[in-house]
Amino acid sequence: MSTPENHRKYWRANLKLVFCCLLVWFIVSFGCGVLFVDELNQYKIGGFKLGFWFAQQGSIFTFLILIFFYAYRMNKIDSKYGVQEGDD
Amino acid sequence: MELRTLTLLFIGISFLLYITIAIRSKAKTTGEFYVAGGGVSPLMNGMATAADWMSAAAFISMAGLIAFLGYDASVYLMGWTGGYVLLAMLLAPYLRKYGKFTIPEFIGERYYSKTARIVAIICLLFISFTYIAGQMRGVGIVFSRFLEVDIITGLMIGMAVVFVYAVLGGMKGITYTQVAQYCVLIFAYTVPAVFISLQITGNPIPQLGFGSTLAGDSVYMLDKLDKVVTDLGFNAYTGSGQSTLNLFFLTMALMAGTAGLPHVIVRFFTVPKVADARKSAGYALVFIAVLFTIAPAVGSMARFNLINTINGENAEGVAYKEIPGWFKTWENSGLIAWYDHNNDGKVQYAKGSSIEGNRPIFSEQVGSHGERVITNPAVPVIAPGAKFANEVYVDRDIMVLANPEIAGLPPWVIALIAAGGIAAALSTAAGLLLVISASISHDLLKSTFTPNISEKKELFFGRVAITVSIIIAGYLGANPPGWVAETVAMAFGLAASSLFPVILLGIFSKKVNRIGAISGMLTGLIFTFCYIIYFKGVFIAPFAENIEANWLFGITPQAIGGLGMILNFVVAISVSYFTSEPPAQVQKMVEAIRTPATQS
Repeated sequence: MSTPENHRKYWRANLKLVFCCLLVWFIVSFGCGVLFVDELNQYKIGGFKLGFWFAQQGSIFTFLILIFFYAYRMNKIDSKYGVQEGDD
Repeated sequence: MELRTLTLLFIGISFLLYITIAIRSKAKTTGEFYVAGGGVSPLMNGMATAADWMSAAAFISMAGLIAFLGYDASVYLMGWTGGYVLLAMLLAPYLRKYGKFTIPEFIGERYYSKTARIVAIICLLFISFTYIAGQMRGVGIVFSRFLEVDIITGLMIGMAVVFVYAVLGGMKGITYTQVAQYCVLIFAYTVPAVFISLQITGNPIPQLGFGSTLAGDSVYMLDKLDKVVTDLGFNAYTGSGQSTLNLFFLTMALMAGTAGLPHVIVRFFTVPKVADARKSAGYALVFIAVLFTIAPAVGSMARFNLINTINGENAEGVAYKEIPGWFKTWENSGLIAWYDHNNDGKVQYAKGSSIEGNRPIFSEQVGSHGERVITNPAVPVIAPGAKFANEVYVDRDIMVLANPEIAGLPPWVIALIAAGGIAAALSTAAGLLLVISASISHDLLKSTFTPNISEKKELFFGRVAITVSIIIAGYLGANPPGWVAETVAMAFGLAASSLFPVILLGIFSKKVNRIGAISGMLTGLIFTFCYIIYFKGVFIAPFAENIEANWLFGITPQAIGGLGMILNFVVAISVSYFTSEPPAQVQKMVEAIRTPATQS
């Protein structure tokens, strides 16, 4: 299983996943929380202006979901390419 | 029971707990000493990482920062949590696969160079010692305020406790005490927040509370707060007062700095597997997020309470003679000061500086209302929109500690906060001490100067290094250099601009070579260091005034690490492009750390 070709494919799948996750990471923090905060602040959820909420709460919750999603997907990718760790 | 007895009791019990854990987890090998034998469960490691990471600054200062900066402080919330996404996806699993003890070790081996390793050690020592000075100051503040003991006595006790569990237990002892410290600090942070949220909004969950309406009213708390602060001449609490570019770079510096802090990275060396490292970063962020999502609620409510208590029901100010007791206690410790600019006997808080310079200077005299007289009042300026000039100096660091008192909560809640603050400071200090000692005994002695020492000898030197570091840290805490706040910003900037890029490139590029990495690290380090020195001074007088007109592209010294990081990347990649590729065995090593499986 562990041919150079297999490794290359595994690494590409990994990079793709990381890229997608970091895109979301960038959009919620730098995007919603900093760059477009004024536009989002025109909307409200409860007592929060939306941009302010993303900056102080929403981005943190998104980060959490992202890491667990990444860990879950990575384990799948590990087994798909047969590079997962033994059970020692 | 009175506050002092309760505080003593809580801190005493928590210390007893830490020492008991230490005695039960004594380290016997260098592996146990540096990385707890690599046998810590991901959940435990997540909790320990959270305590390791949440320092006295996060526990004591962050909510205060948010209270006074409002939206602009969001960058700290996003930066200090968003860094974990980078850590989980870009660094932690690969460094775990690499599977040795320290960061300089990785950099030295990946870039096949002792010079690179020594440059990394210098970055690491600088970052860690700056950080530790801040922790010790935190211990000092809590002890002097709540136990009313001499700062030195308080420090000695704190140092003795850290000494016992760090020297005996190494990483193993530190890990399990950090788990206990996390529980103490998160309980201490949450309880008052729940009470205050309930008091102000009637909602017991602080994260929802600060987006709710005020108790017995239909106005949203944040809307009311926006109105109250703009009436005093401040920017709206939920609005921005800084340039977007600067916020952008600051967030970047904090995120990359978080991911590049050696004492955080090294925690991921302690879990058994690569998959555990990924999961563990997630758990760490769960535990951190509990505090980090409560902090903005605490900050906004503290600001709300502070203004309402000082300026009173009618927002005209409260006579000094009728001001609540906490105001005077903090005034006694020099962290609050009042100067009656308009001679009406009322304490009035608004936008503007009430004093000249950074700190109030007290004379020995007592003023006509019983206040401590200060000798450096500012020329009173009434901010546009406000009715009076600001007369109050409030140190931002007291907001979390004073918040329960301002809200009138019972003494045991206040005592809890004191124990929590100490736990936060000690857990971070211990983590830092360990990376300092590991880089001295393992990177400098074992690998660079005296490669032939036995494991037992190395372990002994590790313990000596921790002991010496504790003494230096204690000295820094007792004689807090005036530049602690400045240098903490520097620690993040340096971590972001020196270590983070070369570790990242070491994993994700096979082409970046020795010369590229060394020149990249030095560029990032020197650029960031000089920019901060240029405006902040540190050991020498600043070269230029720290104002927007002088900054490069309007970027503050705190945020410059973001730019330094980009420079590091650019230099490392372009220099490597024009010089020869790394040797084949290094490229093989990169290949190997990219997959979790041990064979191949």
